[in-house]
Amino acid sequence: MEVTRSSAATAKQRLKGMTDADLERHVEERLWTTTLDKAANWARANGIMPATFGLACCAIEMMGMVAARVDVARFGFEALRASPRQADLLILSGRVAVKMAPVVRRVYDQMLEPKWAIAMGACASSQGVFNNYAVVPADKFMPVDMHIPGCPPRPEALVYGIIKLRAMIMARPDQGWRTRYGGRGTEEFVEDELDMAAARHAIGISGGGRMGTSA
Amino acid sequence: MPDATGLELIAQELRDRDAGTVVNTTYFREKAALEVAPAAINDVLEHLKGKGFSFLASVHGLDYYPEEPRLGVHYELLDMREVDRITVKLRVATDAPNVPSVTPAWPTANHQEREIYDMFGVVFDGHPDLRRILMPEDYEGFPQRRDFPIGGEPVLFTHNEPHMPGWWEQDDIEPR
Amino acid sequence: MTRELTYREIEASHTLAEIQDPEREELLTLNLGPHHPATHGVLRLITTLEGEVIRDVKPMIGYLHTGIEKTAEDKSYWKVIPVIERMDYLSYYFNAVAFCGSVETLLELEVPPRAQYLRVIHLELNRIASHMLWLATGALDLGAISVFWYGWRDRDSVLDLFEMSSGQRMHTRYIQVGGVAEDIPKGFERKCREFTAGFRERLDQYSTLIDQNQIVLQRLRGVAPLDEQTLLALGVTGPLLRATGNPWDLRKAHPYSSYDHFDFKIPVGTVGDNYDRYRVRMAELRESCNIIDQALDGLPEGPYITPNRKYALPPRHELATSMEALIHHFKLVTEGFRPPPGEAYYPIESPRGELGCFVRSDGSAKPARVHMRDPSFVNLQAFAPMVQDLYIADLIATLAMLDPILGGIDR
Repeated sequence: MEVTRSSAATAKQRLKGMTDADLERHVEERLWTTTLDKAANWARANGIMPATFGLACCAIEMMGMVAARVDVARFGFEALRASPRQADLLILSGRVAVKMAPVVRRVYDQMLEPKWAIAMGACASSQGVFNNYAVVPADKFMPVDMHIPGCPPRPEALVYGIIKLRAMIMARPDQGWRTRYGGRGTEEFVEDELDMAAARHAIGISGGGRMGTSA
Repeated sequence: MPDATGLELIAQELRDRDAGTVVNTTYFREKAALEVAPAAINDVLEHLKGKGFSFLASVHGLDYYPEEPRLGVHYELLDMREVDRITVKLRVATDAPNVPSVTPAWPTANHQEREIYDMFGVVFDGHPDLRRILMPEDYEGFPQRRDFPIGGEPVLFTHNEPHMPGWWEQDDIEPR
Repeated sequence: MTRELTYREIEASHTLAEIQDPEREELLTLNLGPHHPATHGVLRLITTLEGEVIRDVKPMIGYLHTGIEKTAEDKSYWKVIPVIERMDYLSYYFNAVAFCGSVETLLELEVPPRAQYLRVIHLELNRIASHMLWLATGALDLGAISVFWYGWRDRDSVLDLFEMSSGQRMHTRYIQVGGVAEDIPKGFERKCREFTAGFRERLDQYSTLIDQNQIVLQRLRGVAPLDEQTLLALGVTGPLLRATGNPWDLRKAHPYSSYDHFDFKIPVGTVGDNYDRYRVRMAELRESCNIIDQALDGLPEGPYITPNRKYALPPRHELATSMEALIHHFKLVTEGFRPPPGEAYYPIESPRGELGCFVRSDGSAKPARVHMRDPSFVNLQAFAPMVQDLYIADLIATLAMLDPILGGIDR
């Protein structure tokens, strides 16, 4: 009818002069996600393997989450992996000191994609009680998907945050933190060759850091 | 606790050995404290060990800014038999912050003196391994001095957030 | 009469001299941590190994340094309490009592008897919670994973009690200068007694499971002993010192907060190896139950915080009727109280040893220096002599038995 003929006409016009790569991207952007993507996201979301980055008091409540009362195994997340190569989710539990920040970043870089990060507690999200020279908020050096408030957050609060993260993973098909944050990759920068604009694009976070979250 | 008279006796013994050792004695809230000259600290601790104070519970530093001499080091001694405590204090200025280390005789002071060096800048002569312990190795400055700024991030509210220089700020973002 | 050699004796009989070749002798430097599943917190150990045998260990700390002492100088005395609680994050009541005790010494403030008993109850509950976490993570390191769940079951019960009395599970801000923040609610005593009764039974079950277990005996008995003189020279206190036979415990030696009203024993070991450290802590758990029961039996009536309104907030209902109460409230909340200038050091017995708080006041509303003498910081110096010439597996077990808390070490 009228509508479809005109939309078919616009589509044809658009397709004229498009390269194969353009066409593929056009199709990806327009089409709804395929069932296979959905299935992959469902699998990723229900089998998250947290890498425990137990730093301070929040680590105790994270251990409480793994324990029998608030059992995180019923969601499928009980396989806490010590090795970052085997882990999906970095739960940054506790205050990040100045000396520890490069270590955290290194562990995060060693994780394989797709990976997510939760800043658990007030100290990891925003220095918490300690607004001083020694503590760094996690947003300063790594992209964080979920911030969980509390000092320390109850194990139930941590589970709530993880469930929200799981919903986010299942809902947004274009996962992969590079697309989410507009990043190019993790490259080691040598000081004198640092190009500020390029650096900001590579590790910068556009949209105020809330793009891609459902919070 | 050695009471006030006990403290004066100890101070007198130390003064008899060497006149310049004891700078001051304080008896505050039923605790005896002895302020000594920095160079004599090892002798004083030896003497007190002979009197029974054989356990060095704590070595900590402080900054008396703006009073001079600024940097202080306190040694908390404990006598486990009599259950007595005594504090030995000393003070040094920032331009000559050298104190003889007590680590060779009291191994417990190892990490504690490193921490005082790291946080206040007091240099302990004779310490086997004096380097920073809590801050990164290449850190500049002595954080717990009173004139060192506390640091931290500015607290962002709606009214000042767009005007704060932020690492997330890119040129094409409209402040909300 | 010969007996069969134990596994360890067979291993010890093989000396490295048989395979040593001076030209091929190599020392390997291995870095453990700071992110490692076994280290209790972010502790970095730089080990020098000859094969699997440790020749030297250098602990590197500072990966959790939070500048707590500097932050405390920036806040009024009342507001320092939440900051200082987060130092040794397993024994938060102890941090608060050390600081409040130090400030009360400066102020020459009397803590009412009911508040002292309530402090003792919560301190001993915290001791139980801390030791259960030690047991849970220690057994996890040794491979006895089921003890992890048991330990957390008891810890959750204790945290329920804390939630009942103060509203928070951890870092409760319950201990205030002059007493405690509020009185215990109605069901607290019953629930606490239920807990201690059930806990004694469960401790018996854990003992049956772990104490005579062959694997535990092989891994802990005779491993990493350190004699009393070395420990005293290194400034070590707490269960590590008591495992060598020295019964030094500040609760008995220099009682604070009414500990002299209670009848309890100090468990000591004989040899000072890992097994003795384990047994000493298990026995301490039992003694803590006794102390809690006695404190609940003898809980006196009275105010739960000092009636001196210059240092403690008046109860809320008084603000509606009394002008002085309103003024006191206002002064305390905005500026805070001002202790007279002076210095005080207040040591208490925390689950890891002597926890002392040094406070220097210069007469203003904010402390001029707060220093926590943390037991783990000093005990860590004993680690290198302990693991000399042991295997890496023994290093892990010894670290578990040492019970370091990096929050206290790094502050």
